[in-house]
Amino acid sequence: MFPVRFRSTLLLAGAAFAGLAAQASAQQAVNLYTTREPGLVRPLIEAFEKKSGVKVNTVFVKEGLAERVAAEGARSPADVLMEVDMGKLVDLVNRGVAQPVKSAALEAAVPANLRDPEGRWFALSMRARVVYASRALGLKSITYEDFTKPEYKGRVCVRSGQHPYNTALIAAVIAHHGVEKAEVWLRGVKANLARKASGGDREVARDILGGICQIGLGNSYYVGLMRSGTGGPDQKKWGDAIDVLLPTLAGAGTHVNISGAALARNAPNRENAVKLLEWLASDEAQAIYAEGNFEYPIARNAKITPIIAALGELKVDPLPIADIVRNRKQASELVDKVGFDN
Amino acid sequence: MSSGQDKAKAGIFGEGGDRRWLIASSCVALLVLAPLVSLILIAGRGSGDLWPHILAYVLPQALRDTAILLLGVGVVVVTLGAGLAWLVTAYEFPGRRIFDWALLLPLATPTYIVAYAYLDLMHPIGPVQTGLRALLGLTDPRALWFPDVRTMTGCILLLSFVLYPYVYLSTRAMFLMQAGSLLEAARTLGASRTRVFFRVALPLARPAIAVGASLALMEALNDIGASEFLGVQTLSVSIYSTWINRSNLPGAAQIALAMLAVVVALVLLERWARRRQRYVSQAQRARRAAPLQLTGWRAGLAIAIVSTPIFIGFILPAGHVAHEAFKRVRFAGFSPQIGQEILNTIAIASVATVVAMALGFLVASAARLSRAPMGGALLRVSSLGYAAPGTVLAIGLMTPLFALDNIIADSAERFFGISLGLLISGSGAALVYAYVARFLAISAGGVESGLAKLSPSLDQAARVLGQSAGGAMRRVQLPLIRPALGGAALLVFVDCMKELPATLLLRPLNFETLATHLYGEAARGTYEDGAVAATCIVLVGLVPVMMLARLSRRRAFAWDKSVEGVDPMARDLLLVEPAGAPDKPRGKA
Repeated sequence: MFPVRFRSTLLLAGAAFAGLAAQASAQQAVNLYTTREPGLVRPLIEAFEKKSGVKVNTVFVKEGLAERVAAEGARSPADVLMEVDMGKLVDLVNRGVAQPVKSAALEAAVPANLRDPEGRWFALSMRARVVYASRALGLKSITYEDFTKPEYKGRVCVRSGQHPYNTALIAAVIAHHGVEKAEVWLRGVKANLARKASGGDREVARDILGGICQIGLGNSYYVGLMRSGTGGPDQKKWGDAIDVLLPTLAGAGTHVNISGAALARNAPNRENAVKLLEWLASDEAQAIYAEGNFEYPIARNAKITPIIAALGELKVDPLPIADIVRNRKQASELVDKVGFDN
Repeated sequence: MSSGQDKAKAGIFGEGGDRRWLIASSCVALLVLAPLVSLILIAGRGSGDLWPHILAYVLPQALRDTAILLLGVGVVVVTLGAGLAWLVTAYEFPGRRIFDWALLLPLATPTYIVAYAYLDLMHPIGPVQTGLRALLGLTDPRALWFPDVRTMTGCILLLSFVLYPYVYLSTRAMFLMQAGSLLEAARTLGASRTRVFFRVALPLARPAIAVGASLALMEALNDIGASEFLGVQTLSVSIYSTWINRSNLPGAAQIALAMLAVVVALVLLERWARRRQRYVSQAQRARRAAPLQLTGWRAGLAIAIVSTPIFIGFILPAGHVAHEAFKRVRFAGFSPQIGQEILNTIAIASVATVVAMALGFLVASAARLSRAPMGGALLRVSSLGYAAPGTVLAIGLMTPLFALDNIIADSAERFFGISLGLLISGSGAALVYAYVARFLAISAGGVESGLAKLSPSLDQAARVLGQSAGGAMRRVQLPLIRPALGGAALLVFVDCMKELPATLLLRPLNFETLATHLYGEAARGTYEDGAVAATCIVLVGLVPVMMLARLSRRRAFAWDKSVEGVDPMARDLLLVEPAGAPDKPRGKA
């Protein structure tokens, strides 16, 4: 039964691989390794290809992007490395797989606190860690510190404490309050959880609608994805069931995380890679980040999409990213220590 | 006679023939060992202050959760797998022939899809609870208490209902092929059917249960998708957060190796515990013991029992995902990439299956041909890949693989002056390697148990008639165990198709499979966009299951005429083969 079938599938596979090889060797190309999900990156790539005529080859890797580029070594085809989460961007530098870029366009577009001083990574968009709250609570404002209040006992929903979005927030709490107070805070949040810390950010909205909890943490762009209806009618219901508030940390501002990109150390198509980086920071690309992905653009004159702008004015926690990232390991250990996910 | 046998043996094992087999087999073992060795090297880089923290705060919880999960999954898969196998072999009831293969359907659904589907279905605003509330006349979601899927119990049940077919598959074979005459002897001596099950069938099936259960447990142990999603903190999840959140790859490698050591120890322990037992296929004419015809409510009960796992493990989750996909397609249309992704998935899984089967055959044959214990040891070593979490194996694989890739490219440049780039990783060969390293346990194990049922006299006869050792393998053994190969190939194919962590990490540019597409959407939280890919995974996974079912039915016709009572499905699906030659069926006498 197998031989004939396998022979034809082998042929098929051969054809598929030949196709791949042909694509990879095309002239005027740039190779993008990304941990940003394909659905988010595709509109950006399509616009860039149309404008520049440079073909973008992509691979979406979830974890281990830096390890892969490091293992590939001198012949790595990677040109641009795109990461979500500040910690992972810094990891690229620590693993030695990024190289500095000197570009007036990039330096003009990306504010100094949102890029590496030596140009080894650049933020391209921001997402705020916001509060989803049941309409029934009628909240007008809230702080991250409020999550430990006794009135929220058994009413809080959060995804795993080990998720990078949460470890970054906990790292910021450590940076502001010190590790002891951060531990007390995290224990307080844990004590208020309505269910196991699990699932994703949008489950928080769904669980609020389902009555499992009344308040929780989630990223800002999910609000846009839900409320705009791009995820279908069910999700519009989830998004409309919640109030969204921009909380503050230590009275300073809202915790934001970033997505960004770096030039790969052994980039074979360096020129195109820099072209792509510069384009990603351009007003045109920033508008796609803002409109299509509901993120906060980093370019100063880019507009925030109306659904997100309606959440209120974002006041970003002024703490430098490097100071937050430094506490990431400690934050992750704190999650273990207080048994947040247990 | 005895001198003839000696001569035949000398013929098989002499002439340096077995050495060539052993060398080839060593090469395969090296392929599997390479990533593990590289993991050891990574672990040796030093993990800083990791262990005090891990010992104090992570291991107690992770070990407890892992132990409970494995214990729970172990008990449920063995109960389900062995119980169902007994039900469909010892009894006859309406629809039994269909249930017989339909019980394999959950194999087609990856655990992570099942987890997503059940969270959706059982959510307070999902269809089940909404329906219940409507039935009870309640409006407030909080008015109805309902168990949460996001618990240890939920995780155990979900994993078990997807993984039990591993036990069902192997145990069913044992009941059919091995036990027939013994079961009848026990019945003749007056034992009740229940007693026969517990005192004869079950102990006889122990090796088969152990094989199936260890596959299921390793899947459960290495599962990250479902466990993490349902909030269960297993060791694999800890390995993951050590690596990702603490940027401590050496530490992650250390935990992974410790886990691997425990798994190997457990497998060895089980083998040691039954070291004195010999399970010999005594049957030249293996056959199914006469089944008891169930009628009336008993038949109804049997049907209810066998349909439950099919419903929970397949129909409900697959149906839900298909329904979601249908809604999505109506809302947003087909994603244009999906066709290419189906093609990619089938192509890469097929290539990996062929390679894994060929290497599995090589290793298992070498173990059979060689009298040296080394052959068996190499076979065990080749199976190690299955015991390591996929992500960890992939990380370990990267270093040696890309190093080799660079050497090839260097040589090509130096000697031929051509620039190749990274050939292995750029072509998807890296992915095939990863699948093979991971799933060789299944193919080699399948071939091994297939070969174990062939009498050595077959080899000897072939050798006496002038075949070389390899020729005998190719012309005698290979055709005889083809059905066993088919069963193993099915498992390998389905596993390759569902595999996620290595696929994500090692695939070339612009190469998406159904699993990576689905994960891309799930990671973003846009499950609805992944529903179409999820449905395709299930559908593509159904193809091999159906193919074998159809084949077995066709063969059933031919066989039922000539061999009374032998269930043909067993020979196709099961990793076991009766001693007789299937292409020359024996008559009744």
